[in-house]
Amino acid sequence: MPANVAVVGLGKMGLSHLAVANALEHLKVVAICDSSEVVGRILQKYTQIPFIANYEKLLDLPGLQGVIIATPTTAHDWMVRKAIDKGLHVFCEKPLTLSSAQSRSLGATAAAKGLVAQVGYHNRFIGTFREVKRLLDAGAIGTVSHIQGQAYGPVVLKRPKPSWRAKAGGGGCLYDYAAHPINLMNWFLGTPETCNGAFLKSGFSAEVDDEVYATLGFACGATGQISVNWSDHSVRKMSTRIAIWGTSGIIHADRQEIQTYLTGTTKTPPDYKKGWTVRYITELTPPVTFYLRGEEYSAQLESFSESIVKHKISQQNSFHSSAETDETIEMIRAAAESGGTVGTYRHHEAMPRRAGFVGRMMGR
Amino acid sequence: MERILFGDNQFFGINHLSEEKARNQAMRFQNIDSVIDVLQEALKAGVGGFMCTTHDTIEKIADRVRADAGAWEGFTFYPGMPYAHKYANAVTELGYFDALRKFLPKDGLVDTMLRGGMALLNRDIEGMMTLLVDAEMQMFEGLKTPVIFLQNVVTDLIQGLGIIDAFRIFADHCQTRYGARAGFITMNLPRLLPLLHQAGIENPIVCANVNKIAFRMAGGIESYREATARYPARVIAMSVLASGGIRPREAIEWVVNEPYVESILFGASSRSNIIDTVNLIREFDGRKQVAA
Repeated sequence: MPANVAVVGLGKMGLSHLAVANALEHLKVVAICDSSEVVGRILQKYTQIPFIANYEKLLDLPGLQGVIIATPTTAHDWMVRKAIDKGLHVFCEKPLTLSSAQSRSLGATAAAKGLVAQVGYHNRFIGTFREVKRLLDAGAIGTVSHIQGQAYGPVVLKRPKPSWRAKAGGGGCLYDYAAHPINLMNWFLGTPETCNGAFLKSGFSAEVDDEVYATLGFACGATGQISVNWSDHSVRKMSTRIAIWGTSGIIHADRQEIQTYLTGTTKTPPDYKKGWTVRYITELTPPVTFYLRGEEYSAQLESFSESIVKHKISQQNSFHSSAETDETIEMIRAAAESGGTVGTYRHHEAMPRRAGFVGRMMGR
Repeated sequence: MERILFGDNQFFGINHLSEEKARNQAMRFQNIDSVIDVLQEALKAGVGGFMCTTHDTIEKIADRVRADAGAWEGFTFYPGMPYAHKYANAVTELGYFDALRKFLPKDGLVDTMLRGGMALLNRDIEGMMTLLVDAEMQMFEGLKTPVIFLQNVVTDLIQGLGIIDAFRIFADHCQTRYGARAGFITMNLPRLLPLLHQAGIENPIVCANVNKIAFRMAGGIESYREATARYPARVIAMSVLASGGIRPREAIEWVVNEPYVESILFGASSRSNIIDTVNLIREFDGRKQVAA
């Protein structure tokens, strides 16, 4: 029996989740919900999936077991809370909330009720990054000394119009982009204890940050650096890279490949050799039953549905693990505000002209 | 349709295996002359069918072909649309309606529709889709485009959403406006074929990953065989080498013998790679004929 779910928020990620969920055998999308009646009604007409404009009414839908939430981050907290209160399983887009305390509280409530609560950090479902985790757990590169997390992409390439990203906080490069490599760093090394030299720079955006740089210190003694810029023209789409230096080897990984150099001073895992080994996504990706934009998007929803069906609540990307990322984001923000830099760095431009009322309404 | 088709990923810094390699290719091919040279090599090797996205660069190639038709005898564009990143980014940045405003050719159409309310909006969805197709096709004006493809991210989004009507609208429009067959690029072939049948599109042209290690063949090799036996389709095999995951000789011997494969799509950046691949396909095609 598939699990009955509703998709809430029908922007780019919401549509993508809707298509994947609708195609997966173990999920049945029984309703869609969005603040735009026009978008909702059109989709209802062509997909035959009932549109319910009112979120509270949606939650009362008989037989509903879970919700997939892909609304702006500022709405996550109250929407997730209401869903959990109704006893519904939740898959929520990242970041979970704008406060790690809120995220932890949501995680605790969901756990107490035995509900599946998962966040859309899809990188943890990419074969190469999973392999990094496996190698670290096996101690393949010895004691980790340093980790570098990077992400570059062409999101904001000119002065943007005001949009949901900027309206009520949460929505800069730090929350929407840097969250991905930060989440991977958390997965590999935990939550950092210190953050120094943080810069949240605005290049094009007037209201949010476009670049994030910071140095992190982890409990295990490792240091980390994060370097993220979503105003990079040179790449076609988001590219996330991780590099890790250890006492007996190094790892470079991105979406496509994992390159390792092992010194041979610790036990070399099967499939690896002393010196360089390169492994590709072609051999590291388990197949999915439906593919849209990448295996990871289906794999994470397959995991969500499987957790519901099998009553398994400690799945990948739990609210608790996502709260670690929210906490790291808070640390970077705090470090940038005290002693680092927020805004432009020795660089001044005229403020943009404000968009008119209609533009604001239509710009979502 | 030609037995062998040439693809364009290599020209746009798309490499499913290595970002480094992708960047090197992007550097090399930002000069349009380098792209033209490789396309000429492909044409000389007997591969004149060019399956391409509606990326801005393709517009420049189309201009070159129009300007010197004699040098491009036997060269045919097989456009695939839309170049999805441009739309996806616009939707996130601008919202659906401003994004539509940006891409639809007629000023004010979206505003008219919004003023007309839901009734008009519903009626005009079909018109809007065909206008988007026309906007993408402008760059090929005056050129032969026997098949027009829907890119996999759109095909698969539509099939995931279950908007089967959209396939029919697209196919009808390709036929009536361009005298072309509709093609569908997909990463989910076994699931797509019954939906196309349901949309009334028989023996559809479908382009999907077909490779010996089943890389990105959702459903697996057996389900491809079963689906094509049940719903006949003209399949173009792509990602035949699984981005380098299989040795060329082994990869091509296998794909040539998959009974449902009508054409093979491949991309290459050098004359020698083009010739090697073409020769391999011809060699194993020849053996197949002898065996038959």
